Amino acid sequence: MSGVRAEARKDSGMTGENDMSMDFTSGSELYQLCREHGAAISEVMLKREMELGSVSEQSVRERLARSLQIMEAAVHEPLGQPRRSLSGLIGGEAWKVYNAGKTAEGRGIASLCGEALTRAIAYSMAVLEVNAAMGLIVAAPTAGSSGVLPGAVLSLSEICGWSETKQMDGLLNAGAIGYLLMRNATVAGAEAGCQAEVGAASAMTASAIVELMGGTPEMCFQAASLAISNLLGLVCDPIAGLVEVPCQSRNAIGVANAFTCAQLALSGITHPVPFDEMVDAMQRVGRSLPWELRESAKGGNAGTPTGCRLSAGGCAGCGRS
Amino acid sequence: MNYISVFDVIGPNMIGPSSSHTAGAVNIALLAHQLFARPIAKVDFTLYESFAQTGRGHGTDKALLGGIQGFGTDDVRIRDSYALADAAGIEYHFTWDDKTRTAHPNTVDIRLESPDGKVQTIRGESVGGGKIRIVQINDIDVVFTGVYSTLIIKHADRPGVVAHVTNVLSRHGVNIAFMRLYRDYKGGTGYLIVESDENIPDYFLEEIRENELVHEIMLIQI
Repeated sequence: MSGVRAEARKDSGMTGENDMSMDFTSGSELYQLCREHGAAISEVMLKREMELGSVSEQSVRERLARSLQIMEAAVHEPLGQPRRSLSGLIGGEAWKVYNAGKTAEGRGIASLCGEALTRAIAYSMAVLEVNAAMGLIVAAPTAGSSGVLPGAVLSLSEICGWSETKQMDGLLNAGAIGYLLMRNATVAGAEAGCQAEVGAASAMTASAIVELMGGTPEMCFQAASLAISNLLGLVCDPIAGLVEVPCQSRNAIGVANAFTCAQLALSGITHPVPFDEMVDAMQRVGRSLPWELRESAKGGNAGTPTGCRLSAGGCAGCGRS
Repeated sequence: MNYISVFDVIGPNMIGPSSSHTAGAVNIALLAHQLFARPIAKVDFTLYESFAQTGRGHGTDKALLGGIQGFGTDDVRIRDSYALADAAGIEYHFTWDDKTRTAHPNTVDIRLESPDGKVQTIRGESVGGGKIRIVQINDIDVVFTGVYSTLIIKHADRPGVVAHVTNVLSRHGVNIAFMRLYRDYKGGTGYLIVESDENIPDYFLEEIRENELVHEIMLIQI
């Protein structure tokens, strides 16, 4: 935790009594609470959870520790022991990405994307492998997008040496953005396409990275807005209706987008459209997506001749078999 | 539970691959298990629409069979639920009905039978993100989600049952969040469903049972 944040917290009086509610229903309300209390997004989200759930900080942190524990296992397991999915469509991709370009000395991951992003991509794909093999994961916000947040937070933690408490801050920050997307739009692919799943995960993660790297709440919202904007319109088109292809590589792009948008925001780049309006835009784009592109497994990748062939029972919707 | 928690966003902790087709299926079957509250000798599952079409690839069958054995969404035993059901001597049967249309695409009927021949059927819907609702008990339309502590009272559709139940609850200081009544026909069988934010202590269920119009009580604690 940065010194700036620690001081801000002392002055904010957040540790003492506060009769003011920490609940919020929009990005602008959340931003207002951050400003009034000199608090990070994660702190406001923690207080909100304690207030609305009538629970102690310790109880929230115990549950977050359990989430992190599951995430840790899921990002690492397939690197040591790759498993095929139920259908056999995926399995072993995380290991390949992680080990590609590894030097003989076993140091680092010399690759196109650099060490941090390569590791994050490998981790995100690992979670989708665990998920597809009926392993234990944390939906974040959904099972199909469950690799993005742990992929980024845990890889950066290893590289930057972040504490468990700091990792929890990352989850709380991401949780705040995800809650707003869930409340004011949707995170269901069946309702609004992959932009609502991987797009949401990417926005949550971009915001979390910014806070963990020492950025301001304002920068967090910028990163989230940029991330939503970049993946706006992304369709949900799972081959054979399974959470495997293209979901796994979409998680990789969700991570890459989160890294990119966090870096833009931390550099002071802004998106002219405010976060709340981007949430609304995502919802409206989702509504205008045809049914074929909303998890029905009839369009996009799933609707191609190859996609239909890979679907065991053939494709009922497009007339091909 | 009437707010979106950070753990609704970063969660549920679940066995993959799908929150609706796997975690939701576990939750429906787990509620069926809790409602039945007795040993299970035999179970029949009928899966409809999307559950029937893509259920196999999502492990929906393992999830259902795990749920009726009392496993939660994050229980790794779900993967082995067939073997564990065999070991427990539970007879199971799956019907994959992809022809019949249902109100919700992710629908399952679960028929449970105990060794002494007691039968209960429920219909559940998986509505997204692992969230579910039960929409039928023994062919009577109902609606509840299991998010709250839920008291389900099967009774004769005659005057006095609601007054009796609310009286008992009020004496024990239980605050009712929601209360709904369902029945098959006038004077037939009714279900009174009471949901509360707090735990409903089971020691006063005996008092509710004192009323002769009350046939059966089921309780789901959060």
